[in-house]
Amino acid sequence: MSMGEIVAEGHPIDTVFRTDRLPHIWCPGCGIGPAVHAYAQAILESGIPRDRHVCASGIGCTGRAPGYLDVDSYHTTHGRAIPFAMAMALVKPELEVTVFSGDGDLFAIGGNHFIHAARRNVDINVICINNFTYGMTGGQVGPTTPLGARATTAPYGNYEPPFNLPYLAAATGAVFVARWTALHVRQLKKAILRAMQKKGFTFIEVLAPCPVGFGNPNDIGDALEEVWLYRERCVVDHRAHLPDLEIDLRHKDAPFVMGNFVDIERKPFDPLAMMKDQEE
Amino acid sequence: MSAEERVLTGSHFMLGDHACAEGAMAAGCDFFAGYPITPSTEIAERLSNRLPAVGAIFVQMEDELASMAALVGASLAGARAMTATSGPGFSLMMENVGMAAMMEAPCVVVNVQRGAPSTGLPTLVGQSDMMQAKWGSHGDYEIVAYSPSSPQECFDHVIKAFNTADRWRIPVFVMADELIGHMTERVVIPPADQIPRVERKRPRHKPGDESFLPFLAEDEDLVPPIVHAGEGYRVNFDSLTHNEKGYPATFAEPHDRLVRRLVNKIRLHADQIAECEETFLDDAEVAVVAYGSTARSARQAVNEARQQGIRVGLLRLITVWPFPESKVRELSDQVKAFVVPELNLGQMSRETERFTSRPVIGVNHAGGVMMAPAPILDAIREAVR
Repeated sequence: MSMGEIVAEGHPIDTVFRTDRLPHIWCPGCGIGPAVHAYAQAILESGIPRDRHVCASGIGCTGRAPGYLDVDSYHTTHGRAIPFAMAMALVKPELEVTVFSGDGDLFAIGGNHFIHAARRNVDINVICINNFTYGMTGGQVGPTTPLGARATTAPYGNYEPPFNLPYLAAATGAVFVARWTALHVRQLKKAILRAMQKKGFTFIEVLAPCPVGFGNPNDIGDALEEVWLYRERCVVDHRAHLPDLEIDLRHKDAPFVMGNFVDIERKPFDPLAMMKDQEE
Repeated sequence: MSAEERVLTGSHFMLGDHACAEGAMAAGCDFFAGYPITPSTEIAERLSNRLPAVGAIFVQMEDELASMAALVGASLAGARAMTATSGPGFSLMMENVGMAAMMEAPCVVVNVQRGAPSTGLPTLVGQSDMMQAKWGSHGDYEIVAYSPSSPQECFDHVIKAFNTADRWRIPVFVMADELIGHMTERVVIPPADQIPRVERKRPRHKPGDESFLPFLAEDEDLVPPIVHAGEGYRVNFDSLTHNEKGYPATFAEPHDRLVRRLVNKIRLHADQIAECEETFLDDAEVAVVAYGSTARSARQAVNEARQQGIRVGLLRLITVWPFPESKVRELSDQVKAFVVPELNLGQMSRETERFTSRPVIGVNHAGGVMMAPAPILDAIREAVR
């Protein structure tokens, strides 16, 4: 070691990770990593002791995220992280419960649980990595795949209109709704911190590159190119008209709208609420 | 009924479904998540009244997939968790029954069986989910299933189910049927301090101890101690094959090790878990094997046969799983034949055949009506001929 060389023994964020599990399974250029990092940073800065953070996921590439975090973590079945997490939050309300999962997991197989948890205003945070595809199984079409995009099960291009996730979350009752990309790590971390502060059902969509599963068949090239796409086409508009948040890849001038769109108060889910009301 | 009391000590004239609910109350159930389905709905209705009154949680979920997922979450947060359903819901629950087995999350599922397959006979009796209870979710795993023959046993078996679930860290089923669920009979509820309670095995290690392996079963029973969310252990619970640390280990060797342990913790202790009731078996040359509502008709048939001088006895299954195989083997040296009446086209009779070389005579009806004593009596007569 030469004189004056600075050697960092570790990064502060290391304490939030199970470093003995690294390297992770994600492909080079995958957008899940930066989003997990933003979540880990939010855990550190939340002021909530780490032992009270719970992270649950379903199945898929994003579903692997909780396993890398040194918190109580639960890698559940495909689509079922939300009811699992709801129960945990009800049994131990002192826990800060976050579901960290992918678009197919949360909105195809798990879609029904999402809308009901939002309707009830269950006190959990849902962070959805939206990479427009099923990455783990090799790039199939999903409920958020943009119209016209190609996938291994949509070789002629996707003919199904995708979900507009922030609009869906707001319509079904979420008290905090945001959308950022894997490029907007600071904004994303702040949004997660806000979600952790809030009582009730919060939803954050994170647009993330999947260069292997989505980028490659859609002529986006590598992850850097998709991130450049975000950079060029992202518009931050916290007051955006939610029905207009659809993501259209076909029109090169169509913006991707980012922002913290919803931040309201609504009574969080409490199965004993009526008993308490009667006492009052 | 005082809604604020957990244990309704005393003698009651009670519906079987309500007795299931009161069993849950007495067992200290903290969490119920379910979806309405005939003929089990009265359990949810009763608990929607009773649980909140003692500060416990009742949630009506969006479906049975969510109900079962919620049970696993509640269980791993430390709650005693239960749901109640019937065939179609039981099918949906199978997905996360597997997760409960894999994560070793204790929980209780009451299945008030109706005629099946598919939507079948919503309001009428059936016993055709017995094999589904054993094999319903994909993969090798073990569960325990009780089979109540009366409202009293609905109460008793739900308490047993909670204790067995916590003892072995498994999902436990109470395989009732429509006749028992909708039967009103005397149910005696003992004083609260006489309700048996088995606590979960907890770790000796303190949170933060690097040497702690949360899925290492150090004891002979093959059951690792359980940690709950928020206790500081920061454990990974995985539906993937995992190693003793709880980390995913998707390779052949750790997979075989884990699945063998999940199976062996029950199979190697089946004799201490299995329960049955023996009547007139000492000198029997025919053994009737029966469970649930059908066991009531079987008892009548056995009594009538005895009056006619036929040496027949009744082996009534309290646990259908584990099946009391050593008892059947033992009886094989003594009886000429077994008679197995059931409201399906031959499920537990098939299991009986596995442990005997004697003839096994099935008395079967696909469901929708109570099994009458007469065809069972006919089968007993045929067996001694």
